[in-house]
Amino acid sequence: MDWLLQQSINGLGLGSIYALIALGYTMVYGVLRFINFAHSDILMLGAFAAFYLEPQVSRLLGGPESVLGAILIAALAAGLCALLGILIEFLAYRPLRQRPRLAVLITAIGVSLFIEFTAQHDKVFSAKTQFFPRLLPEHTFQWGQVFFSSTDLLVPAVTALMLGAMWFIVQKTRTGTAMRAVSFNQQAASLMGVNVNRIISFTFGLGSALAAIAGILYAMKAPGIEPLMGVQPGLRAFIAAVLGGIGNLPGAVVGGLVLGILETFLGGIPWLSSYRDGIAFAILILILLFKPAGLLGKATVEKV
Amino acid sequence: MLVRFLSRAALPLGASFALLLAGCSGGGSDTIKVGEFASLTGKEATFGTSSHEGTLLAFEEINAAGGLLGKKLELITEDNQTKPGETANAVNKLIAKDGVVALLGEVASGRSLEAAPICQQSKIPMISPASTNPQVTQTGDYIFRVCFIDPFQGTVMANFATNTLKARKVAIFTDVKSDYSKGLAKYFKERFAANQGTIVAELDFNGGDKDFKGQLTAIKAAAPDGVFVPGYYTDVALICIQAKQLGLNVPLFGGDGWESQTLLEIGKEAVEGHYFSTHYAADAAGDKVTAFVAAYKKRFNGKVPDAMAALGYDSAFFLADGIKRAAAAEPAKIRDALAATTAFDAVTGQIAMNAQRDAVKSAVILQVKNGAFKYVETVKP
Repeated sequence: MDWLLQQSINGLGLGSIYALIALGYTMVYGVLRFINFAHSDILMLGAFAAFYLEPQVSRLLGGPESVLGAILIAALAAGLCALLGILIEFLAYRPLRQRPRLAVLITAIGVSLFIEFTAQHDKVFSAKTQFFPRLLPEHTFQWGQVFFSSTDLLVPAVTALMLGAMWFIVQKTRTGTAMRAVSFNQQAASLMGVNVNRIISFTFGLGSALAAIAGILYAMKAPGIEPLMGVQPGLRAFIAAVLGGIGNLPGAVVGGLVLGILETFLGGIPWLSSYRDGIAFAILILILLFKPAGLLGKATVEKV
Repeated sequence: MLVRFLSRAALPLGASFALLLAGCSGGGSDTIKVGEFASLTGKEATFGTSSHEGTLLAFEEINAAGGLLGKKLELITEDNQTKPGETANAVNKLIAKDGVVALLGEVASGRSLEAAPICQQSKIPMISPASTNPQVTQTGDYIFRVCFIDPFQGTVMANFATNTLKARKVAIFTDVKSDYSKGLAKYFKERFAANQGTIVAELDFNGGDKDFKGQLTAIKAAAPDGVFVPGYYTDVALICIQAKQLGLNVPLFGGDGWESQTLLEIGKEAVEGHYFSTHYAADAAGDKVTAFVAAYKKRFNGKVPDAMAALGYDSAFFLADGIKRAAAAEPAKIRDALAATTAFDAVTGQIAMNAQRDAVKSAVILQVKNGAFKYVETVKP
């Protein structure tokens, strides 16, 4: 029983991270109908931004590990990554917007590799794993033989908060209405007076800020950061987004949680633990075969 | 070529290599030429630099004591830049152009395996300081090594778990992506079973993963006395942190893949008290170790020699011992003398060559204590 509860907590923690990353993937997809593969690298840059900001912020506030400091670091890192996301869209994706979607997709892979290998350069972050400083005081709670830390609680809470915030922005604000309009039909939206470029920049900025926050939480869970740290969770989150129905915000969260919990439980079974990484892909194949629109996605008829 | 020259010249010792290279083209027979290939630049520059410094120190000591067979030893070093393919170029050049009688290198098994067939074909003895993959010496009878091989560490840790930790039930947590990890796990399992111990859980992870809690929870549920984690330092540090978070408070132990300052930097208090096996301990007792550490510190600005430096030093003296016993600087005679080594006193312990030309020697166990590696004990083969 303890075992079941402990694994559920572990799975929830992992799944929430996947969910948070998947939110960014799914939002960009929702508006632009393309997968931003550089998303997982923005996640890494978010973690590194926090890594370099931490000493400065700690000095400013007169001590490390404060709640205010953590919020400040996260906000600054998210802001930096939002700017970077907007810049990437402007430089790499905007010139290709009228080209076939495949061209943008391949460019996204190129941008991803460019960021990864630039970051690995000795003069940038170097390829070695570095210790990620503690941003918040960490407490461990024990309940019988079940152990969980404050980070285990923080991650799902932040994910829930972000889902709420995204839902609010998309459904209740004017910008959100414009985002949905662009998603529905770019040309029609621009004819109605929506500034399509600005909406797309905003979407990228928002998605990148989410990635930065996910990166920081991921680094808090496992405090070793390196330039390729985003690849593995990024791939998982992409699958989570497809699983939940790509373009659907609550679907991304459901997909992330399902994937995280499944991976954790199957990882805990001795003869299955080596297949842990394969599970995500097996799920992807099954979903594409039997429910291509995802768990919460609506099947759409391709209009010709 | 210019780039290669520049990269070499960028090293503090670059100028002296260039002089050596220039000097040897005259081809005098008043020196015994020995080649060395190492990763002095690139991704694994720290390994190559350490072993090179150890080797260099040994050559300087030998020459200061009058050299061998009345001649000075000449070390010709080539940098392979940690790149695949470069080792073959370097080794071909050392053999064909410089005419070396023996070769020292490399730390990484992959690059040693690149060099070994060339040395074997040219019948030039090659001594690897630190390649632990069993395949390296299987290439042929001219290939030697002064370190132990992967499986041995598994055996050593099984004996350590049984005899020192008094563990009866152990869980194994293996990196499925790494042959090194799987090799250690296999031999650990065999010996631990032979010691009447029980393996209560066997789980796998993928090197580079960041979340291990699923597997660690399963390990904890099996209530082991200790967990064998034959992984590399970054993964191990995160595993230790998450084990602690889950309340898995038993000793974790592994092989020489743990040995890095990064383990301490990331793992911090979570790696305290855990153990691993390795080639040598700078703080172990013994005149040879003390003398080596003092000489190395003096030569290299107070730097404490790591295992790679000690093995580089040993590989050079092991070769010198062979040349002395062969009483001739001829590759075939040196090979025979090296193969006949039964008790060579090295910094990393007494070495005997077995039929496979692998060193039979003891390993040391280190423990993480107060943020540093501390010598615990020596385990005999």
